[in-house]
Amino acid sequence: MQTAIKRIIFFAAIIAFWEIGSRLELWHPLIFPSLSSVFSALVEGFQDKTLIYDLIASFKRLAVGLTISLIIGTLIGILLGKSKTADETLGAVILALQSVPSIVWLPIAIMWFGLNEKAVIFVTILGGTFVMALNMRTGIKNVSPLYIKAAQTMGATGIDLFTRVIFPASIPYVVTGSRLAWAFAWRALMAGELLSTGPGLGYTLRYASDFGRMDIVIGVMIIIGAIGMIVDQFIFQRIEKSVIKKWGLES
Amino acid sequence: MFIEINDVNKHYNDKENRPVDVLKDINLSVEKGQFVSILGPSGCGKSTLLSIVAGLTKTSSGNIQIDGKAITKPGKDRGMVFQQAALFPWLTVMENVTFPLKKEMKKKDAEETALKYLQMVQLGKYISHYPHELSGGMQQRVAIARALAMNPETLLMDEPFGALDEQTRTRLHGQLENIWTETKKTILFVTHSISESIKLSDRIIVMGTKPGIILQDITVDIPRPREGHKKEMLEIEDHIMKYLKKEIDKVVSEELQYANSH
Repeated sequence: MQTAIKRIIFFAAIIAFWEIGSRLELWHPLIFPSLSSVFSALVEGFQDKTLIYDLIASFKRLAVGLTISLIIGTLIGILLGKSKTADETLGAVILALQSVPSIVWLPIAIMWFGLNEKAVIFVTILGGTFVMALNMRTGIKNVSPLYIKAAQTMGATGIDLFTRVIFPASIPYVVTGSRLAWAFAWRALMAGELLSTGPGLGYTLRYASDFGRMDIVIGVMIIIGAIGMIVDQFIFQRIEKSVIKKWGLES
Repeated sequence: MFIEINDVNKHYNDKENRPVDVLKDINLSVEKGQFVSILGPSGCGKSTLLSIVAGLTKTSSGNIQIDGKAITKPGKDRGMVFQQAALFPWLTVMENVTFPLKKEMKKKDAEETALKYLQMVQLGKYISHYPHELSGGMQQRVAIARALAMNPETLLMDEPFGALDEQTRTRLHGQLENIWTETKKTILFVTHSISESIKLSDRIIVMGTKPGIILQDITVDIPRPREGHKKEMLEIEDHIMKYLKKEIDKVVSEELQYANSH
């Protein structure tokens, strides 16, 4: 309760400072628009449905990109977790690629696919794949040897052992990997959209900036941040918490 | 004999590549239906021996036969219970116990079998609970039910009550004795508790350490239930203690030497 009260007071202070500062013209509206004008820009955007189309377009790309990256990431992770040779060779490459910001791939993507939907989705896929792969790998490597021994004494071997014990035992890492993959893919998507064509939240952000509509710029940034936070806090962190509890990993 | 352990040796190389003998010339025969404890101080290789019988660890030399068949890998004829319950946390109690039955039985039959053994360990009401919702003692009872559900001839138990509190342990001793009387399994029970081994077993194999060897093979013929025979139990305890004292002193002096040289 304490934290909640502190937060409310903190946000109220920021909002008050923002609105009062704008009204007193402490700064120029072109530099930073007032809260009320941002709010009315958002209302307008939702009423004429441009923001709704943007949201739908961005989520479509995200859904395709994230799904593909989770599938590829899981498969690569399993390979790295099970094969020592793959881990020593491909693993090193994946680790290096993980530290390349995914937007860096956009120039290549444009050369391959042109400046279109495919290029943006490609960048989104790369955003999520490596972090998913590395978490899946860690998950498989960290399966308690006791589970494997116990399963063996009950007659489980080979693929049966993998699908019934090793994979389910690494689910906590799958969840963490998915959460990070989502966060990375979301960032990559926004960066990609900033540099490509619409519709999409990132595209509208740049378009508004080109036309000096700072109220829309701030409004869309708030939407991007809010979506990121809501998905992380209310979906992934909740799943993660319940999985950690159920898998007995609470410290 | 039902279980035959013939000239089993186990050694491995330590960090400095010196060979370490874990088990040396182990010979042991166990009759069908016998409850045999393997007793010894930590580091005597008693858990390794059990793991070899389970087929989880390879011998360096020697062989093990059960009912005339050589043991090379784990199998459902030997149910294993570990010190930790090793239940799968993503499965309910029922799903854990039916785990080994999935392939050979229809779901309904598997669940009936599982329920029978869960009732035997008095957990029939907990079938839809998840392991994290159970206490340590309850988890271990589920693990016992899971091992029994495969209907193995042999039950291998590696300090199954070692991580539990005294009261829970005493209760589970009673339950295990009942299960053994009811199912007539051959049980190999690894423990470092002298009183536990005397309370439960027909025979106690006392092991010494460095290398792991069999020091003594003691037959316990106190009638069951043994609660009323405290005097006889204490006599055997004194007898075993004399043997183990030397071994424990050996471990302690080695640990002191190690501490002094580092």
